[in-house]
Amino acid sequence: MTEAARSTVPVPVSVAAPSRPARRIRLLKSAGVRFGVIYAALFGISAMALAAFLWWSTAGLLERQTVAAINQDSEALIDRFLESGPTGAMAAIKDRVAGDIEDDSLYLLVDPDYNYIEGNLNAWPSHMPMDQDWDELKLDRAGVPALMQVHYFELPGGYHMLVGRDIAVRAQLGRMIGGALLWAAVIAVILGTIGAWAVRGLFRSTIADVSATAIAVSAGDLTRRVRVAGADDEFDLLAQTINDMLDRISRLMDGVRQVSNAIAHDLRTPITRARTRLEDAAIHATTEAELRAAVERAMADLDGIVGVFQALLRISEIEAGARRSAFAPVDLVPLLTDITELYDAVAEDAGMVLQTEIAKTLPAFGDRDMIQQAVANLLDNALKFSPPGGVIHVSAQLAGGAIRIEVADQGPGIPEPDRIRATERFFRGEQARSTPGSGLGLSLVQAVAHLHGGEIQLLDAKPGLRAVLTLALGRPATSRPAHG
Amino acid sequence: MRILVVEDDKDVAAFVVKGLREAGHVVEHTGNGRDGLFLAASENFDAIVLDRMLPGGVDGLRLLETLRAQNNLTPVLFLSAMAQVDDRVKGLKAGGDDYMTKPFAFAELLARVEALTRRGKTDQPATKLVTADLEMDLLSRSVKRAGQKIDLQPREFRLLEFLMRHTGQVVTRTMLLEGVWDYHFDPQTNVIDVHVSRLRQKVDKPFPMALIHTVRNAGYMLRPEEV
Repeated sequence: MTEAARSTVPVPVSVAAPSRPARRIRLLKSAGVRFGVIYAALFGISAMALAAFLWWSTAGLLERQTVAAINQDSEALIDRFLESGPTGAMAAIKDRVAGDIEDDSLYLLVDPDYNYIEGNLNAWPSHMPMDQDWDELKLDRAGVPALMQVHYFELPGGYHMLVGRDIAVRAQLGRMIGGALLWAAVIAVILGTIGAWAVRGLFRSTIADVSATAIAVSAGDLTRRVRVAGADDEFDLLAQTINDMLDRISRLMDGVRQVSNAIAHDLRTPITRARTRLEDAAIHATTEAELRAAVERAMADLDGIVGVFQALLRISEIEAGARRSAFAPVDLVPLLTDITELYDAVAEDAGMVLQTEIAKTLPAFGDRDMIQQAVANLLDNALKFSPPGGVIHVSAQLAGGAIRIEVADQGPGIPEPDRIRATERFFRGEQARSTPGSGLGLSLVQAVAHLHGGEIQLLDAKPGLRAVLTLALGRPATSRPAHG
Repeated sequence: MRILVVEDDKDVAAFVVKGLREAGHVVEHTGNGRDGLFLAASENFDAIVLDRMLPGGVDGLRLLETLRAQNNLTPVLFLSAMAQVDDRVKGLKAGGDDYMTKPFAFAELLARVEALTRRGKTDQPATKLVTADLEMDLLSRSVKRAGQKIDLQPREFRLLEFLMRHTGQVVTRTMLLEGVWDYHFDPQTNVIDVHVSRLRQKVDKPFPMALIHTVRNAGYMLRPEEV
């Protein structure tokens, strides 16, 4: 492992306590408190609506019944009065008073001077207000205090009449219900407050994890993720979305880190070499030929560095996905035939055999140049690592709704632990160390694969390496995010 | 040949101008776009080497677009640090004939500039290409040398055709990769060398005189005599 490789492992960074700034949020500004208050208000309103309905359907019903009874009774009495004068009414009242076994009715007929004519009340109540039809009267009836609801009428000829009903029962029920409702209100307030507190807590705990993660991430710990409760609800969806975003960011960060490490370490070597050659020549060269040779070698080194830079820029250009707008349908059959033909001669020259097995039709959608370059990189690798006499097998098929291009060689392959890292920029396995190359070839293949909605897999060809490049068929909707 | 170099970097410009003059060309140089446009529009050049980012309010793209709008068809080679595929596409769309990115090797620049000027001259479609005793019939797609028929694969035919169209000129590996295979990347393996050496086996090996020569640090050249 080089130092560059080691330092790509994410470095854990200490994280500030995440909840402290959240506590500092002023109470009124807190969305949690707001949610709690809204909850309490809704709860209170529902409780009040329920109480009002309860009142209306119990005490209210009794009151309405009393009024209806008084109305009915008095209408009948007035009719009698109109039919047969005060005597008729007197008889009717007498009948009613006699029939009133429960003693809950009140009748009183008086002449224009408020003198008693008939009824079960001795005298016209002194405090009877004359400006309204209805009133509640507190009376002393045979030593028992009673609460009566009374209706007052003015009759023709200056007569006055009172019709009433005892409403003590109703009043008692009203008090009972009122008391119960008061207690219920107290309980509602307590429950509402507890509920509001719980809602606020729930809200805060849900938000706290997200904000703690965000704080940790902004403090530099890109490994932190929002907890997914597994309830598959909206909060989980949010957590998942945030986590996906963080994954993407950390992959990009890793990429940037890899590249900067690589520039710091991997490019330093050829730059040092070029510089050394030039300095050595400047100091020690005695003939012009020697000087020229040194300059030429230094130029070759610089060309190598430029090559690495171009490859890096090309990879980031591909990863940025800007070229996706230039995608077009590409038939891979002639493309692959051409490129294998180009490399066939090289293989033959090196005493290797290049076998091809290409399907009749391979309609892809993408960038022709990029796919060419990706396949060329795989072939370059295969040729570089194949032993003399080795067989390189290239096949391209439609498989599982994708185009599968395989390049298998009989070289040393890539050991299992290195395979995942082989597509990282500048990664070079032990086997590759002694061969020329920049360690960018497979990174480019991977970038191209991802842009085309596919991937690159490195498998064991026993012996050798089997590189499988898949490309989405037709028009890919979105590209898959880059791995690592 | 008269070549106009529009390049604002003094060192690069001096190097290009010196190199082109050494190769036997007449070179004019200017460091800004406005003067470049004036020179290009008012005088006759065989080729223009044009930087994209230029001071003076007129950049390379604007200069070329203005020139093409005036029906001036002087071949233009862009020499730019803007190396992205999109930049290249833009340059060629604006009417550029070739696009090179910095840093560059002078041999490559020279070869491409000379190839441009040749392209400008032979516009009428040839049916037959001849170099010394090597003959290529483009209609029947057959090749003869000293009256003897040579069998070539389609790709070998196109490779030889490209070399013959540039007889006497240096052709770099990149130019071959672009011109014959239409590939716009550098393979790590020296694929071009292998294909040229195969072509040599058929075209040069059976005959006393070699026509395909290797030019050190540059590429290949098809030419009648050894120099």
